[in-house]
Amino acid sequence: MLDSVALMILGTGALVAVSGALLGTFLVLRGEAMAGDAISHAIVLGIVLAWMLTGARSGPLAVGGAVLAGVAAVFGAQLLARSRLLGNDAATGIVFPAMFALGVLLINLNARNLHLDPDTVLLGEIGFVWLDTVTLLGMDWPVAGVTLAAVGLVNLLFVGLFWKELKLAAFDPGLAQALGFRPALLGLGLLALTAATAVASFDAVGVVLFLAFLIVPAVTGRLVAASTGGMMGLAVLSGVSAVGIGYVGAVHWDVSLGGSMAVATGLGLAVALVASPRSGMVAALIRRRAIREESLVAVLLAHLAAHEGTERAAEECTPEALVEHLRWSPDQAQTVLVTALERGVIRRDGARLSLTEAGRALARAEALRHDRRRALTEER
Amino acid sequence: MLSPTLITVALAAAMIGALAGVLGTFLVLRGQSLLGDVIAHASLPGVVAGFLISGERGFVPILAGALVSGALAGLSVQLLRRGAGVKPDAALGSVLSLFFALGVVLLTVAQSQGGSAGLTMFLFGQAASVLRADLLPMALVGGTVLLVLVLLWKEFQLVAFDREAARAQGLPVERLEVLLTLLTAVTIVLGLSLAGVVLMVALLIAPAVAARQWVRGLAPMVWLAALIGALAGSGGAVISAMGQGVATGPVMVLAAVALTALSLLFAPERGLVARWRRQGAARQALHGRQVLAALRGLEGDHATPEYASDEAMLKAYLGTDAGPALARLYRDGLIRPAERLAPEATARRWELTEDGRRHVDEGGRHA
Amino acid sequence: MTDLHEPHIACHVEDLTVSYRERPVLWDIDLDIPPGVMAAIVGPNGAGKSTLIKAVLGLVPPVAGHVRIFGLPVAKARRRIAYVPQRQSVDWDFPATVRDVVLMGLYGQLGWLRRPGRAEKARAMAALEQVGMQDYAARPISQLSGGQQQRVFIARALIQEADLLFLDEPMAGVDAVTEAAIVALLKAQRDAGRTVVVVHHDLQTVARYFDWLVMLNQRIIAQGPVAEVYTEANLRAAYGGQLALIGTLRTAETPDA
Repeated sequence: MLDSVALMILGTGALVAVSGALLGTFLVLRGEAMAGDAISHAIVLGIVLAWMLTGARSGPLAVGGAVLAGVAAVFGAQLLARSRLLGNDAATGIVFPAMFALGVLLINLNARNLHLDPDTVLLGEIGFVWLDTVTLLGMDWPVAGVTLAAVGLVNLLFVGLFWKELKLAAFDPGLAQALGFRPALLGLGLLALTAATAVASFDAVGVVLFLAFLIVPAVTGRLVAASTGGMMGLAVLSGVSAVGIGYVGAVHWDVSLGGSMAVATGLGLAVALVASPRSGMVAALIRRRAIREESLVAVLLAHLAAHEGTERAAEECTPEALVEHLRWSPDQAQTVLVTALERGVIRRDGARLSLTEAGRALARAEALRHDRRRALTEER
Repeated sequence: MLSPTLITVALAAAMIGALAGVLGTFLVLRGQSLLGDVIAHASLPGVVAGFLISGERGFVPILAGALVSGALAGLSVQLLRRGAGVKPDAALGSVLSLFFALGVVLLTVAQSQGGSAGLTMFLFGQAASVLRADLLPMALVGGTVLLVLVLLWKEFQLVAFDREAARAQGLPVERLEVLLTLLTAVTIVLGLSLAGVVLMVALLIAPAVAARQWVRGLAPMVWLAALIGALAGSGGAVISAMGQGVATGPVMVLAAVALTALSLLFAPERGLVARWRRQGAARQALHGRQVLAALRGLEGDHATPEYASDEAMLKAYLGTDAGPALARLYRDGLIRPAERLAPEATARRWELTEDGRRHVDEGGRHA
Repeated sequence: MTDLHEPHIACHVEDLTVSYRERPVLWDIDLDIPPGVMAAIVGPNGAGKSTLIKAVLGLVPPVAGHVRIFGLPVAKARRRIAYVPQRQSVDWDFPATVRDVVLMGLYGQLGWLRRPGRAEKARAMAALEQVGMQDYAARPISQLSGGQQQRVFIARALIQEADLLFLDEPMAGVDAVTEAAIVALLKAQRDAGRTVVVVHHDLQTVARYFDWLVMLNQRIIAQGPVAEVYTEANLRAAYGGQLALIGTLRTAETPDA
């Protein structure tokens, strides 16, 4: 049976997974996954500064400080890169480590009063969430879980209210701008909520492990689902499953709960990477092979079509020419020839290859198809 | 004051800082700064695995373990990108967080086996952990990295600037890039015990970005980045070794970032201050030309050369205060005060000198 | 098959097919460029002009076919080829001086471990003089204008003293004066017996600048001396839908074409 401690841990973990997946989906779609990295590190400085200024170690002031710091990290890096003295990636790689370093240093210097251990900042300790509880509706709830539930609800509202705007802004920021949807403002909201969620999560799982829940399930969803809704659903599903699997594994091997849950998000990614019917490697391999075979036959047809009836036909339209002129390996030439013969698009008389009627029609259709596609791309 | 421990720490940190500056230069120029972050985070499981397998906190097993996991992380990024078409940032973020999580899990395994109290220092770096005995192997590995870099200098330069041209000249570009990434990984791993996995990236990037602002060529950039890295490294390490319970990584990084900020601001050609100065000077020059043209125009309107305009009128004509521009023009001898026409007037009146008239006419022709 | 195959042709391409993501973008290209001509490769956007050059240089792997440079496989003819990529393909904020970039043209010839010495630096100055950029040798490349960047890239090719030059859109985005200077320079190279192959985007100037023409649109539409190839029928075949454009072109070019 699950006792109440286990339930609290699992519940808190699931809330991290859900609120991370809601935002992560759009961060990944917008190509801003590494902004999540920057934010989750930079919030540490925000929390420490908020504590130094107001004495609040958690609650709205701490969240506010963290959100400001997280947003400042992303925008600071963008501003720095706009000077064109350094690249975007280098700007990011300087700004957030600098903020994180300052945060850790301030924690070091105030260690006696702050009760915040740098290792915990990084790693969190979800195993201890039950130590700090509040009583609501006559029951004890972990404070971290309550905070996360609140932030998660805000995330849900944000994503629900701005669903189509977020989708459009991720897919075509220019069009979103033109339609008056303010994609920059939506991006800002996304970043601010990411920072808030990171703060709420970091007591539980620490900043780097939060990053795993933010990005990995979303990438998993992206590999499998074709729609944004499907992607988000899968991200939530794979994040929550990772919490369960990670819990069982951590108890079994007696290792870090948060670490184990974060590693478990990788299981979903690995499965999707190999087996996803949409863009998994097995599917891609099969599809690529099919396309390749298809296109090699098309190349053979085009070659024969180009040379049939010319004076060099006797030289070019032979199996040997495939090796000597097209530079295919004998094996490859053999495979393509067999495929083409089986499909009845070419004929073989002794050493001479020629197109059948079907083959000639196919070659002509292929040429036309390319012309048409070209015409289409030119008009754009 | 200068205890042997402190000297050891300072030497090690200078070495690491210099090496990081050198390899960071190539990382920055190839636009792969965040790959350095990924490799650094991803080496954590390797560090711990090296410890678990060898049973001691030795230099070699930890180095080897970190290299293996760093390389696996690099491969995983490639796999996600090429194999499944995942966008680069998502691939980097996934690999970074997953490998780090694995490191955290292994860390608890190591802790339960005892004797691993020193492992968490790899998170933020701990200067005091560097032993005298580590210096020689560190120098040997670092020296080898630099030797390879020197031997393949011109090839790395060409690959970093123009891969296509490098391939057209017959260089094995992919292999050179892998080698360069490998050298970077070795550097990162060497620096872990000092700077820590989380902040190592800044030690790679900050000195390179700082150096870029002062130089015109790759070789000077590499030298300067090495110098800045060594300064930030040894300075930061010494400060943190003297302070109580202050992790080394943050101090080294802040020192490096401070030097970067100074460079971005005050470098003579590229620096922001120099740029603002130039922009200010250009604005002033433009304003001066506008005032001259206005004076000339008013002369023309009144069909009298040496027509004197008062400042208030100029202000209305131009829509801005002409005072500072008039003062500069007077200093340059392009205008003169025309008191003689209206000695009782309160506002100053100005007329063009011969020089000023020539200036505005020629300027008009050139423009 | 012997190593030497069609040695009297500067660039010989046979049955070349190149795919991008498994879809062919160049189909069964047969191409011969004789030595000593100044050739343009023209075609609409997406015709595969840059890809053709890259495939010839071995920068993208072909699905089928082969390439010979003066009768040799490309790997053995690298010393005889120089390549000027598109200007935008590099980061011009790279820390290098103009002379550094020109010297890079010699890196392949120098071989492993050897560094450019005094002789190479003299050659770099000579190449810069040819493009009129000798006064800029010590300038950082980040301070150059677009036209100056292009001239530096050409100097980097000239220093190789190659017999065959490939240039990818060298006239794109440069001012008229620079364009004229580049054309004069390339014509001088041709007159010195070298072969120049240029990916060109401006049909208006093809007939004036070049003496050999390759018209490409995923397949070879036509190739040969400009006077024979630059015909309305060929333009129609290559550019398909852009009839209006060709109409204005013909009126502009007919007198001297």
